[in-house]
Amino acid sequence: MTLKLGVPSKGRLMEQTFDWFATRGLTLSRTGSDREYAGAIDGIDGMELVLLSAGEIPRDLATGRIHLGVTGTDLIREKLPRWDTIVDPLAEMGFGHADLVIAVPAFWTDVDTLDDLDAVAAAFRARHGFRLRIATKYHRLVREFLRSHGVADYQLVDSQGATEGTVKNETAEAIADITSTGDTLRANHLKMLSDGLVLASQATLFASRTAPLDAGDAPTLARLRAMIA
Amino acid sequence: MDRAIRTRAAALQAHFAAHGAIPVETPILQPAEALLDLYGEDIRARAYVTQDPLRGEQMLRPDFTVPVVQMHMAKYADPARYTYAGEVFRRQETDTGRPSEYMQVGYEVFDGRDPAAADAEVFALIAAPLAHLGLRAVTGDMGLLIAAVEGLDTTPARKAALRRHIWRPARFRALLDRYAGRSAPPAARVALLTAALPFGDAPDIGLRNRDEVATRIAALRIDAAAPPLTAADIDRLTALLAIAGPMPVALAALDQLARDMPAIRQATDAIHRRMDALTARGITPATLHFDATHGRGSMEYYDGFVFSLIAPQHSDLPPVASGGRYDALTRVLGAGAAVPAVGGVIRPELVLTLEAAR
Repeated sequence: MTLKLGVPSKGRLMEQTFDWFATRGLTLSRTGSDREYAGAIDGIDGMELVLLSAGEIPRDLATGRIHLGVTGTDLIREKLPRWDTIVDPLAEMGFGHADLVIAVPAFWTDVDTLDDLDAVAAAFRARHGFRLRIATKYHRLVREFLRSHGVADYQLVDSQGATEGTVKNETAEAIADITSTGDTLRANHLKMLSDGLVLASQATLFASRTAPLDAGDAPTLARLRAMIA
Repeated sequence: MDRAIRTRAAALQAHFAAHGAIPVETPILQPAEALLDLYGEDIRARAYVTQDPLRGEQMLRPDFTVPVVQMHMAKYADPARYTYAGEVFRRQETDTGRPSEYMQVGYEVFDGRDPAAADAEVFALIAAPLAHLGLRAVTGDMGLLIAAVEGLDTTPARKAALRRHIWRPARFRALLDRYAGRSAPPAARVALLTAALPFGDAPDIGLRNRDEVATRIAALRIDAAAPPLTAADIDRLTALLAIAGPMPVALAALDQLARDMPAIRQATDAIHRRMDALTARGITPATLHFDATHGRGSMEYYDGFVFSLIAPQHSDLPPVASGGRYDALTRVLGAGAAVPAVGGVIRPELVLTLEAAR
């Protein structure tokens, strides 16, 4: 059989992934036209390249449709409860850095920590009659983080894009989103809480713990581990 | 669901009905809003939320207490006793071994005439059909810690903050350390309060306005000027939280502590009355464990007597039965009206599991 490696199908993440494998003696390439999501791997036998949307890679690792996959730790932890029983991180790849952070309006000079956010949430609820809204698409990660830090009286509102704009639009009072440089936060007059780092994510090569391996796959996986070690 | 579990649930419900409880049913689908307002966002991690295009967010009943209280407040007069039996639904995000759907059989008392007697009645009626299982009873009283916080010699704002976090022990401890001057205030807080112009040049955005920011800064200034909690206050609170043992022994320790801590006198007297009421029901108080922290890790609505019946040989199992007093909840759900209330539930499938293991 063959080991299937899932890689993001477009953009900088795909290019950086190809470069990362290339420096380790594995040449990944797309086959056919630019529009076709098929690929090839040279430098190792018994492996197959599958190009996928980055957001689908966690699920495909979980169901065992692919044996290996490149995706961000943020997506793995958000989408897979008990992720460490489902996938095994083989290598942090050193790119695709993104921090999931809690941010509030920069003019909230009274708020610097989660402790402040919690106190403000209580006052906000008393004054406005509803719980302080935090816009995010990372519901599970943010909820677990806030619970472990004892923050109460907030609500998560779903935002699948342009999350930084929700405060100005008055559909949220704070946000939890991915940032790499903080530029977008600043441009939208937001600031990160000093202890508001939920997760530091980067592109990571994961192995599925559920995908079936046959007799030929185990040596291939061992060879791959040796090449990327 | 296993037929044996349903049969046992029906038998337990008949036991409660035989003691005068009215059998009631509640819808499985509950409006999410009331539950979210009560429990906060954390309930989403524990309950199934679903979307209805006309009715908005709905939740699969995570427990019976809230709908039973709502039903009582809307339809019935006190005093009243209810029993119910049905499935509750709990999301399991971390432990695949725990069921996401299970039966609860409950007994709830809305009767303010004699709270100690009502507490003892609920405990005794729940413990009786489980007597053969050799369960360990753990009790507590959330009223002690609530009263102790109220009695601290500090600002109302600090008391309110501690009161709000009684059910979150880590944050409660962090607040206590800060109010006692044991942990330094964050550097950004110090800088803010010493700055001549506390506002930067960032524009106002969002619903929370500059007035609210200014109000909080003023509150922070008052807090910074407030004297720290005394070491004696902290020591007494720590001593209170450490009280544990057989109920009469723990109660003697509470009596001792109450001499230096008059704020807990009333709550301690209430435990005395409860112990007498339990004795009057034929329960030996020395067989009940009392732990002053019991209830802090559970649902936020208990504010008085709390209890759990646990299987000592099966530490992996959740409590077979649990319950408590929730007077404040009836005020929250009753739109101003309030009624003293106490109740508890049994999980029949755990009863059968333990019987099979014997």
